[in-house]
Amino acid sequence: MKHSTRIAVGPVQFRIGSDWREPIAVLERLYAGYPKDEDRPADATVNLFAARPWRRLIRPSVHIGGDFVVPDALPLPLSMGLLAAEMGMNLQVALGWRRHMLLHASAVARDGGAVIMSGESGSGKSTLAALLGESAWRLMGDEFTLIEPASGEALSFPRAVSLKNEAIAEMTARVDPARLGPLLAGTPKGDIRHLIPCADAIAAMREPARPALLLFPRFGGEAAIEPMGEGEAFVRLTEASTNYIALGEPGFAALTRLVRETPAFGISYPDSAAGMMLVEQLWAEAMR
Amino acid sequence: MADPAYRPAPADALRVEALGELTAIFDRRSMQTHLVVSPMPEILALMGGEPCNAATLAERLAAAFDLEAEGDATAIVAERLHELAAMGLVAEA
Repeated sequence: MKHSTRIAVGPVQFRIGSDWREPIAVLERLYAGYPKDEDRPADATVNLFAARPWRRLIRPSVHIGGDFVVPDALPLPLSMGLLAAEMGMNLQVALGWRRHMLLHASAVARDGGAVIMSGESGSGKSTLAALLGESAWRLMGDEFTLIEPASGEALSFPRAVSLKNEAIAEMTARVDPARLGPLLAGTPKGDIRHLIPCADAIAAMREPARPALLLFPRFGGEAAIEPMGEGEAFVRLTEASTNYIALGEPGFAALTRLVRETPAFGISYPDSAAGMMLVEQLWAEAMR
Repeated sequence: MADPAYRPAPADALRVEALGELTAIFDRRSMQTHLVVSPMPEILALMGGEPCNAATLAERLAAAFDLEAEGDATAIVAERLHELAAMGLVAEA
């Protein structure tokens, strides 16, 4: 790889290599404020390489490689190098991480307690977390939350927030433009723009939080709260975990403990403001 | 109708955790998680570590839960045992 950089997000140390300078330059800007730990070996490697050496010169496209390779990962045009790097980082963590149970869930924290939000893409979990992260909450992550099997605590993974489509306008109106990455228009996932989390979220990225609420958001429909039983929360979280099976019994123990000790609710909401109010309401009730 | 005896899993093979109406069972041998509802956990518990058939288990269920062990109770328990065997949680003795 001609160009490379090191990025630490929560407990994960990435090494990212690229045949081109551009994606690395943008990543270095997005992750400039993150604590560096150059002495530690990388946990995961992401490589963005040219499909064929000569393609670097004519019509370049980006392939994602690293410790794990998905054979069908799309070759992306070079302008999408940043998206390729993000997909590669997600892939390495989702498939390779074993030290913690990984939940495909966003999370925010306050007063040492975490609200973990799990849902399909389009449920609004990432946007809700990003918006809450601009208020009194610490953003723990917009995509992944890690659970420490021994302690049951939640660990954050505050990568640059990947804003998609409508969420881009909603967030750009609220934040300093210096915290935004370039607009990636018309990617396979729609329009994407990255947001650097608030400084407090980055500074506290290695501080665990005790899970206090499990929420399963669903965007659309009237604002509603539905309590969820332990069994259903367990089933949904096994589906939301990318490494539950690989962890074996420690994963089973961590997940049963999580759903037993943490109140769970399904929430529906018509817009972000209503969603944030539901989170605040459930938080106030949980803290009583 | 034949009423085969089934052997339960060794005592240390299963980790059983009740989660409200569901029960999650981790099988240390296969590393699989099984999610079951009543009467599966009750059947596993009432086997008491010994091979048993459906008729015996139907009697034990009736005694434990104050039910009438008549009619097709044995046939129903036999079906459940067959399903537990398919999951690998019990085996034909």
